[in-house]
Amino acid sequence: MNNKERMELAKWVILQAQKSGAKDAAVNVNMSRDIEVEHRNQQLDKLTDATENSLKLSVYANNKYSSHSTNDLDKNALSKFIEEAVSMTKYLSEDKYRILPDPKYYQDRKEIDLHIYDPDYESVTSENRVKLAREMEATAMGISEKVVACTSYYSDSYNESTKVHSNGFEGSRRSTAFEIEIEVTVCDEKECRPNDYDTKTVRYFKDLPNHELLAQKAVKRAFSKIGQQKIDSGKYDMIVENRARASLLRALFRPMQARNIQQKRSCFEGKLGRKVASEKLTLIDDPFIEYGLGSQLYDGEGMATQKRVMIEKGVLKSYYVDNYYGKKLGWEPTIGSSTNSTYEYGDKSLDDLIAMMGTGILVTGFIGGNSNSTTGDFSYGIIGKYIEDGKIVKPVYEMNVSGNVTELWNKLVEVGNDRYIYSSNRRASMYFKDINFSGV
Amino acid sequence: MSKMSRRKFLKTGAKGAALVSIPAFFGANPVAAILSSAGGELTLNDYYNLFKVDETIIHKIMSIALERGGDYCDLFFQHRISNTINLEDNLVSRANTNVDLGVGIRVIKGDQTGYSYTEDLSLKSMSLAAKTAANIASGTKAVAPVELKLHETPDYYLIESPWEEVNADKKVPLLQTVNDRMMELDNRVTKVQVSFADSNTHMMVANSDGRIVFDYQPMTRMFAFCSAEQNGRREENFYRLGGRYGIEHYSDDNLNRIAKTAVDRTVTLFDAVKPEGGEMEVVLAAGEAGIILHEAIGHGMEADFNRKGESLFADKIGKKIAEDFVTIVDDGTLPNMRGTINIDDEGNDSHNTVLVENGILKSYLHDHISSKHYHVKPTGNGRRQSFRHVPIPRMTNTYMLKGPHTKEEIIGSVKKGLYAEAFTNGEVNIGPGDFTFYLKSGYLIEDGKITRPVKDVNIIGNGPQVLKDFVMVGDDPQIGEGGGTCGKNGQRAPVTDGMPTTKVSKITVGGVS
Repeated sequence: MNNKERMELAKWVILQAQKSGAKDAAVNVNMSRDIEVEHRNQQLDKLTDATENSLKLSVYANNKYSSHSTNDLDKNALSKFIEEAVSMTKYLSEDKYRILPDPKYYQDRKEIDLHIYDPDYESVTSENRVKLAREMEATAMGISEKVVACTSYYSDSYNESTKVHSNGFEGSRRSTAFEIEIEVTVCDEKECRPNDYDTKTVRYFKDLPNHELLAQKAVKRAFSKIGQQKIDSGKYDMIVENRARASLLRALFRPMQARNIQQKRSCFEGKLGRKVASEKLTLIDDPFIEYGLGSQLYDGEGMATQKRVMIEKGVLKSYYVDNYYGKKLGWEPTIGSSTNSTYEYGDKSLDDLIAMMGTGILVTGFIGGNSNSTTGDFSYGIIGKYIEDGKIVKPVYEMNVSGNVTELWNKLVEVGNDRYIYSSNRRASMYFKDINFSGV
Repeated sequence: MSKMSRRKFLKTGAKGAALVSIPAFFGANPVAAILSSAGGELTLNDYYNLFKVDETIIHKIMSIALERGGDYCDLFFQHRISNTINLEDNLVSRANTNVDLGVGIRVIKGDQTGYSYTEDLSLKSMSLAAKTAANIASGTKAVAPVELKLHETPDYYLIESPWEEVNADKKVPLLQTVNDRMMELDNRVTKVQVSFADSNTHMMVANSDGRIVFDYQPMTRMFAFCSAEQNGRREENFYRLGGRYGIEHYSDDNLNRIAKTAVDRTVTLFDAVKPEGGEMEVVLAAGEAGIILHEAIGHGMEADFNRKGESLFADKIGKKIAEDFVTIVDDGTLPNMRGTINIDDEGNDSHNTVLVENGILKSYLHDHISSKHYHVKPTGNGRRQSFRHVPIPRMTNTYMLKGPHTKEEIIGSVKKGLYAEAFTNGEVNIGPGDFTFYLKSGYLIEDGKITRPVKDVNIIGNGPQVLKDFVMVGDDPQIGEGGGTCGKNGQRAPVTDGMPTTKVSKITVGGVS
């Protein structure tokens, strides 16, 4: 099935749903192909290749709402599926906010090429895929006998999707993504097995960074963890490396969601136009970045996307507002969740930031932890390096960083220039003052 | 209604279903029809009908899968209907249903795996998937199919009626009840969200050794989230209940308990303080604190991490790693628990596997590949999220058996520390063994007494070290009744954790200085 056929199918499903009693309906029809290669012990360890289809139907009947998905797209099967989907909705409560977005939000959709589909996708061969994984592993294993385990990965995905709403929305898109990853475990004298990884995801095959360099970096990072220990609890300056999981940013985004505000689970309620972070923080939601991993012309509800300043020099400018919670709050919708997050970047590299900090902790990774959107409290496990006089002194781990979101982001003193383009969250390394670390 | 084996109730259920005027959501798939026509116990033939295959077709697919010289192959058929309904602002106004059907085809050559899946169960699509999976090998050796023999399984999840028969109108009042009770319980409660999920899975595995097995797997879970406000201060917390139960599990008592626990755990937080961060004595409350076992030792004992040399438990079997009173098991056979399985997703029997016995490391958790690698019997831990995923060693219900101490003794022995009661999530870094678990709420212990509440702190430790630091183990083992969902290699698996009240002599707690 191609996107044109998917569009026809979606329209047929909507008609059937309306015949069964739905007032409105929204339908998504998707196809994806995923290929994964794993290499280990100088041989192909795992090869997965599969294509699948799915259909999602959202039913709006008499102010009642339910959604249903299936992977059986046979029309006879779908007829029954649709009938039951609509029929089930009647057991739910009426909720006047459960309606499709106003069609005015579908207008003004940009007509630009976001370059999220690689036209050369078809020409990537199995040999290409296996070669990348094989060479990454060989590179890592060849560096030292102390590399005790190594698995390398290559994966790509191809996706086509079509969306139709009964009140006038129609859209189709296709995208590709390519990923390479390597995990390395090394041994030290004390039976500890420090490990690290590196991974990069891009939209175009040709944009994958050098895979052998990636393997070398992962090994170097794993070796740099030998002898890691926890250090004394206390307040330290902190730099978070750009590639570390975006835990602290997630703790910031959660209270910005309309759902949490409406459900009284947000410490940012009533904070619009007020300062929630230091003036170093400017956060922009930009759905139009070419090759961007979060780029999209319309969002999950069909609403045309817009570039939006979320936080400007520390002042909260916008929430993430979807259609339903927007209606409940009486607010205009913006976007339900972030597309590409970009920042106002500084002019300092990670090394410059380390030199600027002098003494403190460079966080290179987070492990576990969570945040509370109601109070803003957070606590995460960290892995990193202790820095003294601008130099790495020793690797640290088994420590927690804890605090409160507003307090933390007000302590941001510098954003680096090292924009991380391998994620939809294009963060840079960030430097914070006086943060609570728990260790010994 | 009494609880019956799944084979019997499916027959009864089918009769019942004909009388029910409201259709349960069978989706587009023929389960309802199959069940209705199943005269007596559900048989292998019914499963053949459900997946539109027979022994001849399975043999054909297997022949293709092995045509390039694979050593072994298996076909994993799965049909799952999952439902969720949600209550918010006093209304049950959102429901979701997902129907999922497909087959995963795996070919193994040595330690290597070829995998493909298709949701289209036609001979053509399955043959294509088998060809793709076959590519892991590169020979021409043809393997003759072996006659399939049905492997019978016990039933660890007896329930009154399958979820296939339970309609939305039966579930909606349960959510409403929990909501109303929470609102009545305390006038500081401002918002309640209740989420209810159930699923019905039919699976069938056939392998090239000639084993074929099928299973019906019910699952349900209810979450109650509470927000409350007092003098301008807001707090949130939650409670959950679940397992491989039928709707009868949501008795009045259980609904009351969900409501009360969610509210109690929230309003207590108005008095909460932030602990001073750093190393301290921590008493883990009996029950869901078993998450510490899951992270500190469970993952490290999954055989794939050891086979690949990544785990720091590699080469420690038979060694003393904890006090004599520490015995930890992974038991997939506990009745109705969330992590329980009659059979694993490779068709191997579920087991009670002893990980640590009286302080000595005993056994890894195996799947097919690792049990061949280590020349041991499979332990029934080869699990997968769905037909889209390869099986890997996973935990089921992981818990510590009772020890010699009493809860009072344990708490009384702590001068200054933490009593850890409710958790949300955890994570482990397999190689170095550092692991964390997030404490949603608990209490300070001061001079042997539980005092002020604490909340939202991460606890971080090192697996092998923390096992040595289990210095007191209580006589009150409990399983965390909500269970959890474990993520590994991008796959989710339902699990349960449990433990008695246990004291860790030293572990790092997040906090302020």
